[in-house]
Amino acid sequence: MAQKSVSLFVTCLVDQFYPEVGEATVRLLRHLNVEVDFPADQTCCGQVALNGGYRSHATAVAKRFIEVFRNSETIVAPSGSCVATIHTHYADLLRGYPELAAEVASLQARTYELSQYLVDVLGVEDVGAHLPSPTRVTYHDCCHALRDLGVGAQPRKLLSAVDGAELAEMKDSASCCGFGGTFAVKFADISSAILREKLRNVEVTGASVLTAVDSSCLMHMGGALRRQGSRTRAVHLAELLCEGIEGERA
Amino acid sequence: MTDVLSEHFKEQAAEALGNATIQESLDRLVNFRQGRVDAIAEYGQERWDALSQSAREIKRETLEHLDYYLDELSRNVERAGGHVFFARDAAEANEYVAKVAADNGVKTVIKSKSMVSEEMGIADVLEAMGIEPVETDLGEYIIQLAREAPYHIIAPALHKSKEEVSELFERILGTPAESDITALAGVARKVLREKFLEADMGMTGANFGVAETGTIVMVTNEGNGRMCSSLPRVHVATMGMERVIPRLRDVATYLPLLTRSATGQRISSYVSFVTGPRRSGEEDGPQEFHLVILDNGRSRMLADPELREALYCIRCGACLNACPVYGKVGGHAYGWVYPGPIGAVVTPSLVGVPKAKDLPFASTLCGACRDVCPLKIDIPRMLLKLRSDAVEGPPETRVPRSVESLMMRAWRKTVAGPRLFTLAGKVTSAAQWPLSRQGVLRWLPPPLSGWTRTRDFPRAAMRPFRARWRKDGGSRGG
Repeated sequence: MAQKSVSLFVTCLVDQFYPEVGEATVRLLRHLNVEVDFPADQTCCGQVALNGGYRSHATAVAKRFIEVFRNSETIVAPSGSCVATIHTHYADLLRGYPELAAEVASLQARTYELSQYLVDVLGVEDVGAHLPSPTRVTYHDCCHALRDLGVGAQPRKLLSAVDGAELAEMKDSASCCGFGGTFAVKFADISSAILREKLRNVEVTGASVLTAVDSSCLMHMGGALRRQGSRTRAVHLAELLCEGIEGERA
Repeated sequence: MTDVLSEHFKEQAAEALGNATIQESLDRLVNFRQGRVDAIAEYGQERWDALSQSAREIKRETLEHLDYYLDELSRNVERAGGHVFFARDAAEANEYVAKVAADNGVKTVIKSKSMVSEEMGIADVLEAMGIEPVETDLGEYIIQLAREAPYHIIAPALHKSKEEVSELFERILGTPAESDITALAGVARKVLREKFLEADMGMTGANFGVAETGTIVMVTNEGNGRMCSSLPRVHVATMGMERVIPRLRDVATYLPLLTRSATGQRISSYVSFVTGPRRSGEEDGPQEFHLVILDNGRSRMLADPELREALYCIRCGACLNACPVYGKVGGHAYGWVYPGPIGAVVTPSLVGVPKAKDLPFASTLCGACRDVCPLKIDIPRMLLKLRSDAVEGPPETRVPRSVESLMMRAWRKTVAGPRLFTLAGKVTSAAQWPLSRQGVLRWLPPPLSGWTRTRDFPRAAMRPFRARWRKDGGSRGG
């Protein structure tokens, strides 16, 4: 395989709350002979501001993002929703900067969610991971990954190839977990009611691991699982795959 | 215009969340969802997508030349012997209908389900004139007796259990308690049959107004639309100005999209085409036909390139069935005629963002509504536009949100560069110590306290990713 190189966009949430997910992403990519760099000036994609209605803030952040990743050949992020923000909204946000239009289009064409990059670009479905003990895993389809990026088959392919992982599909895996960014705080009770239904579907599968491609959805579902004292862990796909690789090494 | 209670979304949603009967009723949405999925599978996804695309194309073209098509519709209705009235707002529309009723000495009006007539609040106006308006769609009849607003675009009484309906009939109609649904429908049918026969005026909506022929098309499952439009002496149809379609053959594009998306039916039990009043030599049909075409804020949406697409809506209700938020809070929480995702776009657009300030925010932006919409209306994108109107828009659309906008301003500065971002991370991780236990925060202060009522919050990392990367000179993860 020819040596590939990618720039990691780690996302603000992963950077500040789940650095292990960033580390796992790096290990996984390197394990697959992909060279990784980390443009140190990066912060956020602008989704937080955009969803709150602060379009002018989001525009400023998007503009910055373009500057930071201008020289990156390929950009990979362990988040469907941040990548979707770039794909779905940057053209709109930067309409006032026609000189950036070509650059926006090119940025969109070379920015990938992690599992999308592994399967669709690298052509890897089996990362060579195996879990130390048989583990039942259920996959939640994050809304933006699924609907904006068409990412649904890729994580499932990767999971199915993990030795020791058994993929147990939940009912309505494509229905929202109720996170929705500020929605989870502004409308906490509605958000919690949607979440309860989601977690019931998770529970029925008997899975001990709930995985997804967005730390934000996992923060939401995992936070409730933890509060309830559930035995089910919420784990980002990158971490799960990485656990399997390290198990192999040990 | 019907009272707009959309400002109270939060309270109304809380009420619904705490109501067991409503939660049980909302579980029934799953049947609609499944019906739609099966109906599309039977039709064939590819064929469906092509039909959907044609429907979008027709709408785009129609709305671009809306004045032309409305004029053509109006001329053809008049040519067929009908009258057309363009109403700028609900008050004008009501005034016109009231005059038609008064001129004809009307005592009873039978009504077929119509969202536009709900939007106008015509029933109240008629009642105030001493005229009895009777809803003839079973669901609408039930909510009329209960003096409530419709709960769902195609299932107005979705939220009522059969026990509640029985109790309602017993109390208002004086009929004996009945637990069988067919028998309950029989009770309503008996009452309504008399009303059909005694009414002097019928009111209907119009699913489509065909410009080419001056025909209005009504889609119903109970046949009541046909009764309302053919039995009484006078027929008044109301439609939003966006419901015009250019040609008769366009009905063949929209009808399968509408019925399959709404109920999963290939076609509804009744599809009625009405062109003008009874002509000489004809045996039935009204002597007078009036078409009221309502603007009521629609031209404002038409003028806004980011909201125009909401006028593509054919009112199938599929977005309501798919929406996780509607699925928990139901129709009344939205506080006006149009609930659910499309309501969250249409209501603020028609009544003004400040009067419906919560609606654009009451969405997870999951995109399920856009996915199921037969016209592929990008509802999430429009919600974002309305959110920015509420936050950054001109004074007439802006809603005050001081604490949040301060936080957002701080966030903007934080993410403007890595230095402040790193510093903010350090401050956060230091500040959280008093609150954290076993790696998580179990309590957060307002305005974040809602999160920690049901969910733990992760502790900010002591060493964020960027610090780990820097320290290891980029070798971390190798």
